[in-house]
Amino acid sequence: MNRHAIAAIYRFEMARTFRTLMQSIASPVLQTTLYFVVFGAAIGARMGEVDGVSYGAFIIPGLIMLSLLSESIGNASFGIYLPKWSGTLYQVLSAPVSWIEVVIGYVGAAASKSILLGLLILATARLFVPYEIAHPLWMIAFLVLTAVSFSLFGFILGLWADNFEQLQVVPLMVVTPLTFLGGAFYSISMLPPVWQTITLFNPVVYLVSGFRWSFYGISDVNVVVSLAAIVGFLAACLLLVWWIFRTGWRLRP
Amino acid sequence: MIPDDDVILDIQGLGKRYRDGLVALRGVDLSIRRGEIFALLGPNGAGKTTLISVVCGLVNASAGTVRVDGFDIVRDFRQTRARIGLVPQELAVDAFETVRATVAFSRGLMGRPPDPGHVERVLRQLSLWDKRDAQVRTLSGGMKRRVLIAKALAHEPSLLFLDEPTAGVDVELRHDMWAMVRGLRERGTTVVLTTHYIEEAEEMADRIGVMRRGELVVVEETASLMRRLGSRQLTVVMQSPLPALPPALADLPLSLSEDGSTLTYSFDAQAQSSGIADLLRRLAGQGIDVRDLHTSETSLEDIFVGLVREAAA
Repeated sequence: MNRHAIAAIYRFEMARTFRTLMQSIASPVLQTTLYFVVFGAAIGARMGEVDGVSYGAFIIPGLIMLSLLSESIGNASFGIYLPKWSGTLYQVLSAPVSWIEVVIGYVGAAASKSILLGLLILATARLFVPYEIAHPLWMIAFLVLTAVSFSLFGFILGLWADNFEQLQVVPLMVVTPLTFLGGAFYSISMLPPVWQTITLFNPVVYLVSGFRWSFYGISDVNVVVSLAAIVGFLAACLLLVWWIFRTGWRLRP
Repeated sequence: MIPDDDVILDIQGLGKRYRDGLVALRGVDLSIRRGEIFALLGPNGAGKTTLISVVCGLVNASAGTVRVDGFDIVRDFRQTRARIGLVPQELAVDAFETVRATVAFSRGLMGRPPDPGHVERVLRQLSLWDKRDAQVRTLSGGMKRRVLIAKALAHEPSLLFLDEPTAGVDVELRHDMWAMVRGLRERGTTVVLTTHYIEEAEEMADRIGVMRRGELVVVEETASLMRRLGSRQLTVVMQSPLPALPPALADLPLSLSEDGSTLTYSFDAQAQSSGIADLLRRLAGQGIDVRDLHTSETSLEDIFVGLVREAAA
């Protein structure tokens, strides 16, 4: 294991994050704050409780997940696409590193940034809505697992993309609809029965449900199923990255 | 045969066919000696960059084996890549990093612990120390080229590849680069460079390899190759045709054209005396009147063609 290479990639990526602090940290925090003001404080005041939790508090886990998913994908895909686009990826490809070091460096940095962001949003939410966390360790576990697996997904996206448009299209056209329909703003028990069934095919439902359980002990699907879904997704992404580096797909002609 | 210990890079039967069908390398065999400067010469598309890219791990080979310091580039990639430094042809730089940070990054990536002292030495050596805190994007093209070299030297490689280091580079940097390469050789670093300039290969290299259409057609000591390449022709157009070459001139490297109107004299442009003055005196002595004279040197393209023919013969 080339730990100096992991450290070099990780530091490089974190330096990029802090160079663009406004864009990478401040703007998602601001955006989520606006959600809290509009949905939590303004509209939420007129809504009843959901499963015994005030609406403002109910949407916190979902909103954090929303940011966590889009930021993880965005950070990681851009982090690897940029050197590919500018031609500097030759350094990594000619370095004495295997896929493991490359993934730990790039995905680790993207996930770190998302986790930091999630915790900042959580702290910001406290200013607007009182909430409690029933299972703090599980909350952290879901946060970390989601950040890592979706950063890994973003990393694959960045390796796959051939231009900036492709880089944008998956987050916009696939991930955003899935997160909005993933139960961030509602409990799926509020949906008509047919949609309750359809919605179970949306992977984001499992993430939001599991994360919300760690806060309030309530969930749409069993927490074990949530955990299994996210671990399964992580494993699938890892397998795909391993295959990409093994075959050199989109990396080595 | 070179003893194994003296070979830092050993390439056997290397072939590369790209997915689009282009064959970039056709069974290349090459041994590079430890500590030498080796120039790969050839026109665009000859396969020079592909050859380097395979050794560095950027392109997967279709056939053959490559060993660096006795290690296989596929099985023991960690050992081989840690020994190699690469300066690519393209000016691909991390635009928003500072010069010092980007060089330190390269060192870490290649698996070496941080060493600010070494980074400083490399930057000073390449006249980049004053720019150490500047963002790379603010530098001129020549300075960016220096940054790429600094990055390639950051981990103290024993085998350095320079892919067309002087393409589009000003005279000052070219001379600095040559001085730097000689300095590296003095410290025991092996250098492989590609170029399409014969003068550059002549100036720098101990040995020269000529590539054409994916094949290595010649590998030769620079001095002996240059002697071969240094020959020129003097064409003598005569007032009236000769039926045959006069026997009195048979000792000279002369040939008569078929119609008998021109004589071609071959000479070494680098020799002390070309022998032209002597030739003209002896022609006059034979009563041959000269109407016109011109000299020509073999062009790079002619040399390649000639070498390929020789290799095929």
